[in-house]
Amino acid sequence: MNLTRRQALITAISAAVAGVLPRSASATALDDAMAAFTGGVEPTEGGIIITAPEIAENGNTVPVEVESEGAARITIFATLNPSPGVATFTFGPLAGAQRASTRIRLAETQDVVVVAEMADGTYQMAAQEVKVTIGGCGG
Amino acid sequence: MPGNARKATLAALLAGTVLVAPALGDESAELIIEGEVMITRAPAPEHMEYIDEILSGWVFRSDETQAVQMDDFDNPGMLYVDEGLDLWNVTEGEAGESCASCHGDIESMRGVRTQMPHVNEDGELWAMEDYVNNCRTERMEAEEWGWESHQMLSMTTAISYQSRGMPMNVQIDGEAAEFWEQGRELYYTRFGQLDLSCANCHEDNYGNMLRADHLSQGQLNGFPVYRLKWAGVGSIHRRLRGCITDTRAETFGRGSDELTVLELYVSSRGNGLSVEAPSVRN
Amino acid sequence: MEGVRPRVRVDRATEAGETVEVKTLISHPMESGLRRNGDGDLIPRQIINRFTAEFNGEMVIDIAVEPSVSTNPYFEFDAIVPEPGTFTFTWYDDDGDIYTSTNDQSF
Repeated sequence: MNLTRRQALITAISAAVAGVLPRSASATALDDAMAAFTGGVEPTEGGIIITAPEIAENGNTVPVEVESEGAARITIFATLNPSPGVATFTFGPLAGAQRASTRIRLAETQDVVVVAEMADGTYQMAAQEVKVTIGGCGG
Repeated sequence: MPGNARKATLAALLAGTVLVAPALGDESAELIIEGEVMITRAPAPEHMEYIDEILSGWVFRSDETQAVQMDDFDNPGMLYVDEGLDLWNVTEGEAGESCASCHGDIESMRGVRTQMPHVNEDGELWAMEDYVNNCRTERMEAEEWGWESHQMLSMTTAISYQSRGMPMNVQIDGEAAEFWEQGRELYYTRFGQLDLSCANCHEDNYGNMLRADHLSQGQLNGFPVYRLKWAGVGSIHRRLRGCITDTRAETFGRGSDELTVLELYVSSRGNGLSVEAPSVRN
Repeated sequence: MEGVRPRVRVDRATEAGETVEVKTLISHPMESGLRRNGDGDLIPRQIINRFTAEFNGEMVIDIAVEPSVSTNPYFEFDAIVPEPGTFTFTWYDDDGDIYTSTNDQSF
């Protein structure tokens, strides 16, 4: 089997599998976690800047920054991790900006979903896909 | 070396890859840490036949990974330097000494990393870990540290850090010549079920993707390294073992003669690149 | 837990009301509770579960931390320095240990 045919076969199988499995295998866990954060309120899209790599060189340590002007709290969800919650930042009166940076573990390529509770009690959300590579030779 | 056999093996490996345009690091970026410019590109040492320019592993990493090394605060490897500095002053062993009581400030270790591994007074080739343990057992009358123990990693990181910025300069002639030849032979020996030598990836294919890994030249100037994969610092011998194990071979142990001569040869391929310890890699 | 070392870097404020950048790092394995050891047994969870930063007793940021935060947790944020005083940074470990670090601001 030459390279091209094998390549075509792999692509076809992946596409078929992707069509069958839901993008977020733990959709319920994420829904529950989001509902717990917002008290059931549906967030509106927008108002959040997520800075994360398009491709993470290693899923163990992925730098992520979240910023949302006027937010009282911001929470990060890793939709396909064993449990979706990652960290929740609550800003106090001496916070210089509603922004925080950290490094997170991502088990596989997935959407990182960020939800912010605004000062007026409404909720915003944004998402970014981060591709996680399983590279890195050597123990 | 049979070029066709090598190419066939690699074609088999690469057949499993899907071509994605990875966010590869900007290959013209400069590594400046705390205002000091690191030499990440240099003319290849004379003894190297197939490579003209040597490149630090830093050059091959993604923008985000590169950034973590550029700030001493962001770099988690510096936690090990802190620990090593503390250990330097700890009195231990029957002789009642600490590193400091004989060596003074750790700054006195400046330059040591550039010459490791090194032929000792008895004509044996020693890695930095061997020197540390020799001091501990013979002069401090204390117990050896495990090669990959937290204390050893902290100490070698702290000592190596003293040479940061200085170009690697391991000796390959004179009493080192025979060890260097042995190391070179190992470098070009195919190992394991996958029948791969160091050269197959790091000399013939650096810059290419091996699955999702952007292959580097396999340089050691950055060691001890904080690897994101390990979420911690690891030794040179750990890394060498890992690579050879990935060819599906049962391989040499940490501190073995084989890995030490290989360390010498591989280090010599980086002579001229700055010591970057503790570097950050994927 | 033994051997946990915090590291903090805070820019120096030069006048009252200035915003400074704060970077914090702490050496901690952040054992998620999902890994298994050589015998196949689960390694128990042990993580930093909360981090707070205060200045002269007032809250800057309070972070609830879960196992998905990486080993050697890193947090970066901005803080207002309203007057001379001291930042207190506190990390809470699952095992009950509390680690702290401080930073003085004078101008």
